Amino acid sequence: MASAPIVTSNMPAEWRDFWALTKPRVMTLVVFTGLCGLLIAPGHIHPVLGFTAILCIALGAGAAAALNQWYEADLDSKMKRTANRPLPAGRMNRQSALHFGVGLAAFSVILMGLAVNALAAAILTVSILFYVLIYTVWLKRRTPQNIVIGGAAGAFPALIGWAAVTGRVDVLPVLLFFLVFLWTPPHFWALSLFVNSDYAAAGVPMMSVVAGTKATRLQAFLYSWPMAAVAIAPWPLGLAGPIYGIAAIALNLVFLALAARVGFSREADPALMKAERRLFGYSILYLFATFGVLVVDKLWFA
Amino acid sequence: MALDPDTETEVRRRQRSRAIVTALLLGAFVVLVYAISIAKMIK
Repeated sequence: MASAPIVTSNMPAEWRDFWALTKPRVMTLVVFTGLCGLLIAPGHIHPVLGFTAILCIALGAGAAAALNQWYEADLDSKMKRTANRPLPAGRMNRQSALHFGVGLAAFSVILMGLAVNALAAAILTVSILFYVLIYTVWLKRRTPQNIVIGGAAGAFPALIGWAAVTGRVDVLPVLLFFLVFLWTPPHFWALSLFVNSDYAAAGVPMMSVVAGTKATRLQAFLYSWPMAAVAIAPWPLGLAGPIYGIAAIALNLVFLALAARVGFSREADPALMKAERRLFGYSILYLFATFGVLVVDKLWFA
Repeated sequence: MALDPDTETEVRRRQRSRAIVTALLLGAFVVLVYAISIAKMIK
């Protein structure tokens, strides 16, 4: 689809537009999983250094989001959901977004390295580069597997939080990494089912656009199974206690039930896709609850 | 090229609000570096 070129105002951008560039709502989940990784890690970190680690995770996520919008301004201008972002709306020029993103990324990594430790800084670097280069530049416009592989970018914060405290990577944070990694496909595919026309208009090869809604529903349902297995695994492996185990089983049973309703739904009208909206909404609550219960469990049995 | 008065007023307003936010962030950064230094010393 041909689109009108983005007309950029000559006005200097408002500071609020730089804030919007960091996708603050997405950052909430990233900060939360990073904080949980930090809180469940064995050992002690000075509260100021712990705060600095979480701040760096947030700044790194904001930098990656800014660079993502810098690269995708043309796509964003074609989708209703994203057309009012600072770049497609013409409230900021692309160069400002690029400078802001690169500067913020470098600042977050250097601060993490100097104040916390080298491993946390290294994983933060990998997560920013993964999101920007592997997901945004390479995968997103090329393959319907974009969010499957790209999901790894959002899975790093728990690892970073853990590494900030311990200076190493262990089995539990790796399981949390795979939990977020496997959670991403059903979460985003549920969304893509009811905003399919938006992605199709922008030419993004989401699974629902390329393979159709039936295949997308089935795959969202199938991905929920390994996700549930990874989510429950810390309990039988002795890495978490019964509070987490019982809560994880309950949360995952609900997730699987909602994913099954999506998997077997035949609804074609996006406006009537209640099952998909429910799965999408619940998936956010699910991730917050799973990580939150793990922290409660760890603090309870500490 | 001279800007019309309304545009110039808006440009100045935006520059001022960005300068204030930048100053606040720099101040917060100074406090953070100080706190990190203390935390590292007593670690």
